[in-house]
Amino acid sequence: MSGDVAAQGADFWEPLRRTTQARIGLGRSGDSLPTRHLLEFRAAHAAARDAVHEPLDVAALQAQLDEPAHVVSSRASSRSEYLRRPDLGREPADLFSLPAPPPGSAAGPDLAIVLADGLSARALSDHGAAAYAALRAAMPGLTFAPPVIALQARVALGDHIGAALGARAVLVLIGERPGLSVADSIGVYLTHAPRPGRTDADRNCVSNVHPPHGMSYDAAARIVASLVAGARELGRSGVDLKDTSRDSALDSAPGGDGGELGQ
Amino acid sequence: MTTYRQRCGTTTYTFDGLVDLLAKASPERSGDQLAGCAAESDAERAAAQWALADVPLTAFLADAVVPYETDEVTRLILDSHDAAAFAPVAQLTVGGLRDWLLEAAVAPDAAEQLRAVSRGLTPEMAAAVSKLMRNQDLILVARAVQVTSAFRTTIGLPGRFSTRLQPNHPTDDPRGISASILDGLLFGCGDAVIGINPATDSPQAAADLIHLIDDVRLRHDIPAQSCVLTHVTTTIGLIEAGVPVDLVFQSIAGTEGANRSFGVDLSVLREAYDAARSLDRGTVGTNAMYFETGQGSALSAGAHLGTGGRPVDQQTLEARAYAVAREFEPLLVNTVVGFIGPEYLYDGKQIIRAGLEDHFCAKLLGLPMGCDVCYTNHAEADQDDMDTLLTLLGAAGCSFVMAIPGADDVMLGYQSTSFHDALYVRRVLGLRPAPEFEAWLARHGMVDAAGRVRPVDPAASPLRALAGPQ
Repeated sequence: MSGDVAAQGADFWEPLRRTTQARIGLGRSGDSLPTRHLLEFRAAHAAARDAVHEPLDVAALQAQLDEPAHVVSSRASSRSEYLRRPDLGREPADLFSLPAPPPGSAAGPDLAIVLADGLSARALSDHGAAAYAALRAAMPGLTFAPPVIALQARVALGDHIGAALGARAVLVLIGERPGLSVADSIGVYLTHAPRPGRTDADRNCVSNVHPPHGMSYDAAARIVASLVAGARELGRSGVDLKDTSRDSALDSAPGGDGGELGQ
Repeated sequence: MTTYRQRCGTTTYTFDGLVDLLAKASPERSGDQLAGCAAESDAERAAAQWALADVPLTAFLADAVVPYETDEVTRLILDSHDAAAFAPVAQLTVGGLRDWLLEAAVAPDAAEQLRAVSRGLTPEMAAAVSKLMRNQDLILVARAVQVTSAFRTTIGLPGRFSTRLQPNHPTDDPRGISASILDGLLFGCGDAVIGINPATDSPQAAADLIHLIDDVRLRHDIPAQSCVLTHVTTTIGLIEAGVPVDLVFQSIAGTEGANRSFGVDLSVLREAYDAARSLDRGTVGTNAMYFETGQGSALSAGAHLGTGGRPVDQQTLEARAYAVAREFEPLLVNTVVGFIGPEYLYDGKQIIRAGLEDHFCAKLLGLPMGCDVCYTNHAEADQDDMDTLLTLLGAAGCSFVMAIPGADDVMLGYQSTSFHDALYVRRVLGLRPAPEFEAWLARHGMVDAAGRVRPVDPAASPLRALAGPQ
């Protein structure tokens, strides 16, 4: 009897699964979750956990970039400390590896791009270099600082890096908090006139960049290019800056989907 | 400001006022370490608990943890304190209150004694005594407290355990949401509320979702209430526009500043409460508010400083949110205990402890308390930890938990409890759905005589209409 119910149920739920990613129609072993679905859940959770804890392969990311990248670490010395102390992830251990900004405020680059591990180094490994290339290509008229790879990094670490490079704006590409179904999504945070002390209200975010299922590199780059141009015109980024390149899917409010609230 | 001293071993520890003493006496958690107010060693924590045990309860009426002059939550707490209800425990210390609660919990008239003292206790007193209590104390006393609330179902009756059916969808797709509602109803879930976190802040989207749930409810004559968890000001607007709102939702916290970061204050909540009550849509009760809370929200908003500019520990601030909640006679309150992340509650042990503390404090203060038993993927926790907390909360008489397809919220990106989990905890603890909802399930042949949900062929159920044309 229960087997019959399960078999009918499988047919019944099949079309409904096309309407939602939610784990519907799992059936029952007694009152409990059937073994197959228990193991599916465990595998998804394991992938998400590994994405949080695996360190970034810096050499591999450097090799994917077309130009030499500088490497900076936050004050969080381990993954465990990074997770407990978001404040340390927002501050650089040191910035000695970065080139000194050119003398005179007018001489600095228009944009610095930081590739940050955040809560998913895997996301940065999978999408960082390609997203970086798309962003460069989408803003051909601007000058760029050399790319910076940031380890154990929160979004606000980019404020220190952007200021040290003398950049007019900074983009932080960062691995977002892994979900059960997506463990490799990156977000892109724009901060105009970066300097220590900027808050989330000063930023704009494009999140859920993880082709083929999430936003494509080119779509994200178009939106970011529009935001960068808007911020240059407005003289600031953040809550006053609205994306006009699309109708939705922009977190103009701070935070985004990256578990980066309170950064 | 009183300075507290306690000798422990060969060391004498000094605590600078109640704020410092409460923080140092708190069980270890990452959020207090992040705020810089946690005990620096186990010995210091033990000493603080000794010192806290000797503090008279009246000290909490004299020394505000957050200043009265600058915080409306403190003013609410102290101005609404009921001296007559406080009388039976007014001479006690914090340690004495623990003993009194454990005695009351096993008395024949336990529920009456605990109800009578509720309005005499402040959140700070409840938080203080919880810091001295073991997990089993938190469970034993909470279980002895009885709090019921009602709208179209009755929540919190002895032997009952309810669920919020949470059919969230990343794009609010009505077919996807309906499919999750159908699955949940077939598992006997939704007797606390069918509640959706919308993907956007759009009032029109919220209105559409409220209509979606209301249509299901009316079509199948389900004794349940709906809620779309949008900002309270949005819901007030929906009420004014004639949308069929059942419950009004808001996230709340324990300081005026943290509530402002949520875009609310007591007067806005009062306005929402009046609007909700004016609709009078409940059939078995009039409780129409739904609040969510969670340790760490004040620190997250930078609104966690108390008397003397010192950081107040996150559990004491959480208990203060319950003073806000009880002012508005809610149907449902739950802590979203593991959602905020490991910088506030690091691992399964901290999440379990916090869940039990929040449930105990809220029940003692008179709230219909549930819990979102949950974790994120960057916390050191997994489903085994959630099983433990769920089982302990069931034993503690928790009013409700979440019920999400496969425990995986695909909109909010975290893991909570599932439809299966609800069947599990009801089975092992002999608990049943809310009586009105159980009667509806019985009319459709979905439960046996013991109130246990039967396996159902969805294609043969009248609820299959929720799946749309087949």
